[in-house]
Amino acid sequence: MASGSVADQEGQVMLLGFWFSAFVKRVEWALKLKGIEYDYVEEDLTNKSTLLLTSNPIHKKVPVLIHNGNPIAESLVIIEYIDETWKQNPILPQDPYERAMARFWANFIEEKVTEPTGEALVSQGEQQEKKVKELKEAMEVVEGEAKAKLNKKTLFFGGGNGVGYVDIVLGWTCNWMESIEEVGGFKVLDPESQPQFHKWMANVREVPFIKTTLEPKEKLVEFFRMVRQDRLGLVANK
Amino acid sequence: MAEEEVKLFGTWASPFSRRIEVALKLKGVQYEYIEENLTNKSPALLNYNPVHKQIPVLVHNGKPVAESFVIMEYVDETWKHNPILPTDPYEKAMARFWAKYIDDKLWPAAKKVVMTKGEEQKGVIDEIQQQMKNLEGELKEKKFFGGESLGFLDIAANIIIWLVVAQEALGMDPILNEEKLPVLHGWLQRLLDDAVFKECVPPKQRHLDFSKVKFGSSIASK
Repeated sequence: MASGSVADQEGQVMLLGFWFSAFVKRVEWALKLKGIEYDYVEEDLTNKSTLLLTSNPIHKKVPVLIHNGNPIAESLVIIEYIDETWKQNPILPQDPYERAMARFWANFIEEKVTEPTGEALVSQGEQQEKKVKELKEAMEVVEGEAKAKLNKKTLFFGGGNGVGYVDIVLGWTCNWMESIEEVGGFKVLDPESQPQFHKWMANVREVPFIKTTLEPKEKLVEFFRMVRQDRLGLVANK
Repeated sequence: MAEEEVKLFGTWASPFSRRIEVALKLKGVQYEYIEENLTNKSPALLNYNPVHKQIPVLVHNGKPVAESFVIMEYVDETWKHNPILPTDPYEKAMARFWAKYIDDKLWPAAKKVVMTKGEEQKGVIDEIQQQMKNLEGELKEKKFFGGESLGFLDIAANIIIWLVVAQEALGMDPILNEEKLPVLHGWLQRLLDDAVFKECVPPKQRHLDFSKVKFGSSIASK
């Protein structure tokens, strides 16, 4: 990670991101939940800034949070950093066992829902079918968890009326999933077999600081269509 | 003092359950170890980790925790003495970042290098060399990633030993050699010398034999 070459401004919080990135939005939700002021820098995917490349030389990806001149990458690592640095409105539970459960589910979501969705977006035929099958199986588990944890009084995985870590990690599904399904030509979301999950998505969409950040479907579809064509075009030309 | 019951489900050849052994031993936590047969998983394991059906699983007073980094953080937060993670939030974030790097990038590459040959294998070797150089950048002049004593990232980096042993078993030129990667090479010697850590690696010959069987029949070899 870079040090010394990044502008050192006491107390300043900067977030490097792309408008379409669910990983970036997660970090924004964490910052907004805590009421933290931050400067947002929109990066250009085709022309990454020197700041981004020196702040995250290993992966060269967004999101990157820069706090007091210190850069941090990887959305889940950033969210835990935010939670530990600003103590108001806790994101993770206090109890070590509850924290372990939240982290376990965050890992499950990343490995079994987030990654395969990204892979399904840029694949086709048998390869895509395999990913979609994985996703449907994972969504059964997610629906099971939603049934077990959520009810009229407990709207979110974070408990009660406020979003927590798991909600923030899974929250991208409430907006991005539909767009990716449309572009990829597959279906994973099913209100009939996932009623509790769909209730949860509807509640997430209405959280004020999340609602204002959700991108219009058409805009996401247009962008992801470009990504899919680009990726599959490359493969076909090999 | 409340009665503490700690169980660890693992396998002797898994770097992931070995990580938990290091963490528990560093904290001086008494635990019962259960060796699993992955071709015939116990009902207890399947009950404690129904989602992944994998080791390691830590069971503390009847409550199960799965996933090695999740377990390590749980151990660190439950038994607060001899901290494994740094206390400073930024240092903690760095440890987590690099631990993730090891599992997401280095481990898959390590598995790949013993399963490929020729040009493809060369490519993976170059990849691993670069990954290890990156880790050296994080280690710098320190005795361990954790500083004076070993910590979260040192434990996470234990998979490097599995790569070293697999390469030795197959008669490959070791990627982690003193000439090309002196900093990381020095760190590994110190890690293997550490009183607690050295108890938590598979016995060398058994590990070599195991690796020979596991990878020797694959398409890889010189």
